[in-house]
Amino acid sequence: MAEPLLEVRDLKVSFRTEDGIVRAVDGISFTLDEGEVLGIVGESGSGKSVTMMTVMRLITDPNVIYQGSIIYKGRDLMGLSRDAMREVRGEEIAMIFQDPMTSLNPVYTVGWQIEEQLNEHNDLKKGQARRRAMELLAQVGIPKPEQRIDDYPHQFSGGMRQRVMIALALSCNPDLLIADEPTTALDVTIQAQILELIKNLKREFGSAVVLITHDLGVVADVADRILVMYAGRIVEEGNKEQIFYDPQHPYTWGLLGSIARLDRPRARRLTAIAGQPPSLINRPQGCSFRTRCPQAFDRCRAEDPQLTAKVGDGHLDACHLSVEDKRERRDKTINPELAETA
Amino acid sequence: MASPSGPLLQAEHVIKYFPIKRGIVIQREVARVHAVDDVSLEVQRGETLGLVGESGCGKSTLGRSFVRLFPLTGGRIFFDGQDISTLSRRGMRPLRRELQIIFQDPYASLNPRKRVGQIVGAPLAIHGIGDRRERKRQVQELLEKVGLSPEHYNRYPHEFSGGQRQRIGVARALALRPKLVIADEPVSALDVSIQAQVINLLADLQEDFELTYVFIAHDLGVVRHVSDRIAVMYLGKIVELSPAEELYERPIMPYTEALLSAVPIPDPRESAARERIVLEGDVPSPINPPSGCRFHPRCRYATEVCTQLEPPLVDYGNGHLAACHHPLNVDKETLARATVDQRRTPAKADESAKPTQPAQQAR
Repeated sequence: MAEPLLEVRDLKVSFRTEDGIVRAVDGISFTLDEGEVLGIVGESGSGKSVTMMTVMRLITDPNVIYQGSIIYKGRDLMGLSRDAMREVRGEEIAMIFQDPMTSLNPVYTVGWQIEEQLNEHNDLKKGQARRRAMELLAQVGIPKPEQRIDDYPHQFSGGMRQRVMIALALSCNPDLLIADEPTTALDVTIQAQILELIKNLKREFGSAVVLITHDLGVVADVADRILVMYAGRIVEEGNKEQIFYDPQHPYTWGLLGSIARLDRPRARRLTAIAGQPPSLINRPQGCSFRTRCPQAFDRCRAEDPQLTAKVGDGHLDACHLSVEDKRERRDKTINPELAETA
Repeated sequence: MASPSGPLLQAEHVIKYFPIKRGIVIQREVARVHAVDDVSLEVQRGETLGLVGESGCGKSTLGRSFVRLFPLTGGRIFFDGQDISTLSRRGMRPLRRELQIIFQDPYASLNPRKRVGQIVGAPLAIHGIGDRRERKRQVQELLEKVGLSPEHYNRYPHEFSGGQRQRIGVARALALRPKLVIADEPVSALDVSIQAQVINLLADLQEDFELTYVFIAHDLGVVRHVSDRIAVMYLGKIVELSPAEELYERPIMPYTEALLSAVPIPDPRESAARERIVLEGDVPSPINPPSGCRFHPRCRYATEVCTQLEPPLVDYGNGHLAACHHPLNVDKETLARATVDQRRTPAKADESAKPTQPAQQAR
């Protein structure tokens, strides 16, 4: 098998605070192949953003403690100097964020910002950078790029700003694009446009993409493989088909049940996940999800479940329930009304 | 007009323009944002009316004009049969007990320096209900009703997560036992799993308190789940008004069709099989809205007539109204039976321009 583009091995990221140590990411491992689209799904505070911010080495908090390794194209990013990491960022790995309003510099034109990045990483003549910037704006679907290139960020709408961010991220042909909730702040119509664009990236640029989101609906169309994170750990991992048609972890069921779906008859009630995510300072004993899990039994309190493959190739989950029990209880949990009538 | 047995709230040709001013000493109006442009609809007692549309379509402005957070530019609003569109601040005050609003941002809508008890108890204190002890008892009861604990009374908002804060906002809105609650994007800022909790809570409270909701959101999945009827807005106009299920099964306005097709479906196979209509570009500026049908620059069925005549709201039966020259999902007979809704059609629309043909092949 070819070497993966990115391999994260037993990564732990903690923050020292006055109240104790916050274990934001608590021992996660995964790989990403070239050109693959990986979805990372979980609630706020599940560690999905911290994981990818760590890959980019963008966490500047002096109270952070790291363990584990991040192997990108055979190099451990954790050991790189600041200057070496600067080269990797932008040229190799680029990131776009949830809020396109705050991630662009308001006092420079968008063209200036893209040209700056191009000049930083390439040896270009003046006119070349501008031409390339215009090409990029056209590629991400901004109409009349020759006019818009001299506009300031406030002259763009939210969806257009997110396109500018994507153009900026693509300017140096990165092999990996990390998109952190890129559509959460946008309308559904604009979300559809941006997701379409991200799908095309793979085809046109051959980039691998990590898409971070709290909405399983968003990854259903775009992602090849999905990680479900809860309280700093991966609780389920599998390809798209496995996660959507044979979900194994009760947390994944809860996420699926929480969506008000347009493609199903209207449910009387949504299957919400009760309660709040646990404190990352005092993690509950045993399974972290057991405090919110309607399926929890004695063993969940006593023993921490490990992420193992039980049902199929590359389909891993961390739950003590037997596969038979899960398949029997799953539909009742995700959509009790549909299960009743069936 | 509307009697106390009629609709709880009735809006007639409501207009709200926001002026854009230039100049330092002498401010002159240079343009207007047409936020809500001649909207007529009614909210029946006990129902949930969903308002959907993209950012800037005027859904929040319409919701806020229902509770008279600002004076209207034109039109009238009746609440429980009483015309509230010209009432003074003082005149509005007794009505504030019956009309409440829940805001989108659970971080910005709670005063960080006040304790939960003070926040939820404020409406009671302002309206002089009960003494201090009685108010505390009521607030604690409310906190329990919305799924928080009475011990949270002395905590500050920053100690709570987004979902819990939204529960505090719900408790505050319900403190005065209102009749009508405007929920302005109450779950958009929350995680999907927490959204479901808050939606279920709102449904339970509707039953307990016999509430009427106007539910404003851009997520059509959520709106369908909570609403009895849905109004789709585009650039300050109502373009379609329909019972909830019917809107999803049989959208008439091409804009509604496009909105529905943009909602992500958490099912990879269905998602791949589905035809997705990706609307090009953004919503045009509400300062200079397009002529004729405001959706025509982005519409794939648009023809000459759409650029010139504003379509009237046409009643296709079963309470399903749409403003479109090229209606979808309508057969010839339905089209022949359909009538122009004189009362709800905007004054500038051409009432004679009832559509004669269903939509042709998309461009």
